[in-house]
Amino acid sequence: MARHQGRGMASINYPIGMNLGGDPSQALVHANPDGKFTVALSAIDLGQGMKQVSRQIAAETLGVPIEDVYVDTADSDTGPHDMGSFASRGTHRVGNAVIVAAKEARGVLLEAAAEELEVNADDLVTDGKGNIHVRGAASKSITVKAASQAAQFKQGKTISGRGIFLIPLSTVHPETGEMSPVTAYAHACLVVDLEVCDETGDVKVNKLTSAYELGRALNPKMVEQQLVGGAWMGMSHALYETPEPYYPNPEHGGRDYNQYLMPGPGDIAPHDITVLERPAPDGPFGGKGPGEMCANPVLPAVANAIFNAIGVRIDTLPITPEKILRALKAQGGARPQVRRA
Amino acid sequence: MARMPVQFRLNGSDRAVFVEPAETLLGTIRRGLGDFAPKFGCGQGTCGVCTVLVDGEPRLGCLTLSVTCEGRSIETASGLADGPTLHPLQAAFMEHFAAQCGFCTPGMLMAAKALLDRNPNPTRVEVVEAIAGNVCRCTGYEPIINAILAAAQQRGARRA
Repeated sequence: MARHQGRGMASINYPIGMNLGGDPSQALVHANPDGKFTVALSAIDLGQGMKQVSRQIAAETLGVPIEDVYVDTADSDTGPHDMGSFASRGTHRVGNAVIVAAKEARGVLLEAAAEELEVNADDLVTDGKGNIHVRGAASKSITVKAASQAAQFKQGKTISGRGIFLIPLSTVHPETGEMSPVTAYAHACLVVDLEVCDETGDVKVNKLTSAYELGRALNPKMVEQQLVGGAWMGMSHALYETPEPYYPNPEHGGRDYNQYLMPGPGDIAPHDITVLERPAPDGPFGGKGPGEMCANPVLPAVANAIFNAIGVRIDTLPITPEKILRALKAQGGARPQVRRA
Repeated sequence: MARMPVQFRLNGSDRAVFVEPAETLLGTIRRGLGDFAPKFGCGQGTCGVCTVLVDGEPRLGCLTLSVTCEGRSIETASGLADGPTLHPLQAAFMEHFAAQCGFCTPGMLMAAKALLDRNPNPTRVEVVEAIAGNVCRCTGYEPIINAILAAAQQRGARRA
């Protein structure tokens, strides 16, 4: 019996959203009589932080404090249409729609303020603290609340904005087949260090080292939590979980949480993450988003590391001890590959 | 079958309810007493989201019969905060981004509280053991483990 060390690497380009001309998001923004703003979406936040990021984007675009923005979402009866939370699209698609809606609402807000201050709306700026004032003359000012109330009760204006983000359908070149299905790609590189036991087929992941390029990290702590949790899920896909271990034969599938294996708190490995920020030209404030890409590079990197450790190529997931032992038997034992420092 | 009277303390308040003989503590707490902090996950004791404390010990609400809790003291995540002041574990979970979808959080908090109440200064391995019966799909466990260790450290610093 021996435990063989292995190191594997994978690099990925990950498309943000599914751009075949049918992946729009919409947002509606309106001011309330107390000078606070509601962003209506039907996009879903399952805990990744889409709601928080939409709130940051709306506050930044409107020029108001983040405390004054409320994001009302996850109800398709009350929010405008959204394709959903998939393909790492939330920050990029919803964020862009929120910017468009918030810009329109800001325009009306400044018009209402201009009417009250008897100045030109083009000369007005926001201080991000709830005030609107004439550029270069901070004393000539009105609060966002007063401007909202004047619009509502005196001027008869709705301070609101509509936003949609839709990338037109990419045409296919008839001769070359060339097309641009995606406008923003995120990138990642991940190295896995693990060891494989050639007697039991057990794989122990010892360390993950990764670099992710995902546009501007609009909320760095949430990016980090996505990357940590996503890499765990990637490890789970690579080594543990499946509803049908003998696919297409449905037998022996996990039927409950006991049988549907996932790595527990004792199976996790230290993960050293580097985030590279290269703002995307068409991203909201340069953001693209982590999303699915958090998990994706882990799978090929684990498979490569197992090859590096014992010299067998396993091309179906998850890479269970049974598959490793069968492959080792077929090969006639472990053949550790060259290891680079 | 006749319903049976049960009295216990729930988060410091005396409560009395009539329960079916086979009713689970989780069902009584959620439907009978309206405390929705403990969650219903698998219903067979494998996911840990229903974890509550019975006389300070972590118990799976979905596998505990309500009638066995007569005279006991039950704690759920609803009782952690003191008015507007969060429990150190809740504050640490927030600080360390230890929740994403949040479904496992009430169970994780109670499993962690049981640990810190009996072992105020746990090692990382002891924290891992304490939450080994609680499944999380989002966080990868690392932020949860770090939050519990941080809460323990903070409590220690307050005592010193």
